[in-house]
Amino acid sequence: MPRPHLYLLASLVVAFGISYFSDRIDPYHLDVLTGIGINIILAVSLNLVNGYTGQFSLGHAGFMSVGAYLAAAVSIFLAPKFLGPDGGTVWQQGLFFLGALLTGGLSAAGAGLIVGVPSLRLKGDYLALVTLGFGEIIRVIFQNVEKLGGALGLNGIPAYTSIFWVLAFVAVTIFTVTCLVNSTYGRGFLATHDDEIAAEAVGLNTTRYKIVAFVTAAFFAGIAGGLYGHFKMTITPTGFDFTKSIEIVVMVILGGMGNTLGVILAAVLLTLLPELLRPIAEYRMVIYSTLLIALMLVRPQGLFNFHLGKAKS
Amino acid sequence: MTEFLQQLLNGLSLGAIYALIALGYTMVYGVLRFINFAHSDVFMVGAFIGYYLGHHVPESTVWGGLLVLTAAMIGCALLGMLIERLVYRPLRSAPTLNVLITAIGVSLLLEYTGQLVFGAAPRTFPPIFPSANFHLGPLTISSNQLLVISVTLILLFALRFIVMRTKIGTAMRAVSLNPRAASLVGINNDFVISFTFALGSAMAAAGGILYALNYPSIDPLMGVMPGLKAFVAAILGGIGNIPGAALGGLLLGTVETFVGGSEWSTYKDAIAFAILIVILLFRPAGLLGKFTVEKV
Repeated sequence: MPRPHLYLLASLVVAFGISYFSDRIDPYHLDVLTGIGINIILAVSLNLVNGYTGQFSLGHAGFMSVGAYLAAAVSIFLAPKFLGPDGGTVWQQGLFFLGALLTGGLSAAGAGLIVGVPSLRLKGDYLALVTLGFGEIIRVIFQNVEKLGGALGLNGIPAYTSIFWVLAFVAVTIFTVTCLVNSTYGRGFLATHDDEIAAEAVGLNTTRYKIVAFVTAAFFAGIAGGLYGHFKMTITPTGFDFTKSIEIVVMVILGGMGNTLGVILAAVLLTLLPELLRPIAEYRMVIYSTLLIALMLVRPQGLFNFHLGKAKS
Repeated sequence: MTEFLQQLLNGLSLGAIYALIALGYTMVYGVLRFINFAHSDVFMVGAFIGYYLGHHVPESTVWGGLLVLTAAMIGCALLGMLIERLVYRPLRSAPTLNVLITAIGVSLLLEYTGQLVFGAAPRTFPPIFPSANFHLGPLTISSNQLLVISVTLILLFALRFIVMRTKIGTAMRAVSLNPRAASLVGINNDFVISFTFALGSAMAAAGGILYALNYPSIDPLMGVMPGLKAFVAAILGGIGNIPGAALGGLLLGTVETFVGGSEWSTYKDAIAFAILIVILLFRPAGLLGKFTVEKV
């Protein structure tokens, strides 16, 4: 068995182990761990677009919301039909939740395709703005769908998210992104990042690579959204606005774009930071933004990018 | 018909404010080729300067209002120059993406420092200009709307004059065309860029005060939406193009007001972004912009 697959298997076993003992862990710590896991999924998947492929998307929260809403809708509207009035056994519930999550992920991937095909023709600033625009449009649409709660948000989502699902999907996300980037096919992402014109010249279809990266990232954002919705049990359209997208982008930048390990560390740090800084919570965003500016001025390759002396632009 | 004209009027006065903000985006893009995300927060700071000074001048007088307007414009011009000097200048040769991220950082810093300093709760903007409603047949024109349109027109012509007729304006156009060649003929690029930021930020401050007069509730995050929309206006008209920014702003304001008055009113906020996407896909150079081919 190749090494990455072993790692994946090992992580799944660990996830199962942790969830088995989860009733002995302090609920507050479990909550924080769940938050960290969801943020890792978001950051690692966005890293595929913003880091490895070198495109700048500011609409990740939009895809997250698509996943969150559709997975929640599946759970709310279909669960009574499939699971019966008593809610079914643990296994039935798990299988159903997996289905709901995949529905959310696939719808987000579909949204990613619809958004990506036209907008990935643009570059840099323009791409950032168009993705931001799409993110906002998605938000406005959810605000207007009364069936999904409209502006008030969707309540009463069953709390299916357990630590097992979060850790398992963290493992799957890291596995997929790492294997994709390190495969022969995946070199194309890096080539697109390094020099698009040169990549085109050697016959790579860079547009295709960008779309693949974008759709994959959107899929995992959708999964993360589904996990988030079934964790918080209530979602509102404004929870997935521009600020949320920026938060994810900051994780990717802080970790060093195109460096999965760094991005994971950054996601952990940035989820823990608000918990630790709770006494001075009102300064949190000021610290964030100062950090961002200082980082770009002093260490643009990211905080956790340890390839010394090999600063990528 | 009356309703149409009334909406058109409301739309134009909203569009005039978008135009003022869009000018700042367009000018900075013209000389530095990057989106100054922090511009929308300079707009917010302008409104807050107006709020604090507004309590120290006699209410509802023309000279008091103009005094506040001028002071806010000067304050924001200084702020713009400060931001440029401290943050953007060290990054002048950095990749676009880094500058973009930094600009987002500056924007967040201004917003959240604003929340700390001014408080997050919305405030009511004092009526610094005298207000009255004029009736033109069945139409109602408020003095604030007239003020917005006239201030915008005056500033637009002043800007046009500076850019086309003065020495510094010529230098700005030279830097925008080719910064290296400009410095070769002895133009001080740093000064020109600084001046551009000052000018753009002053326009944003004027926009902020006029916006606050028409929608008299201000808070530290008030700049986000108008800022994004003004940016769309700048792209719509062709980024880097001053008349284009004005045209884009007026068009966007009008369209948005009409959508707001129809049964689609809840989709009002999405319209600007839909326009943005359509324009970038079909005519990325904007309505008045020139199309340039990317060179290797």
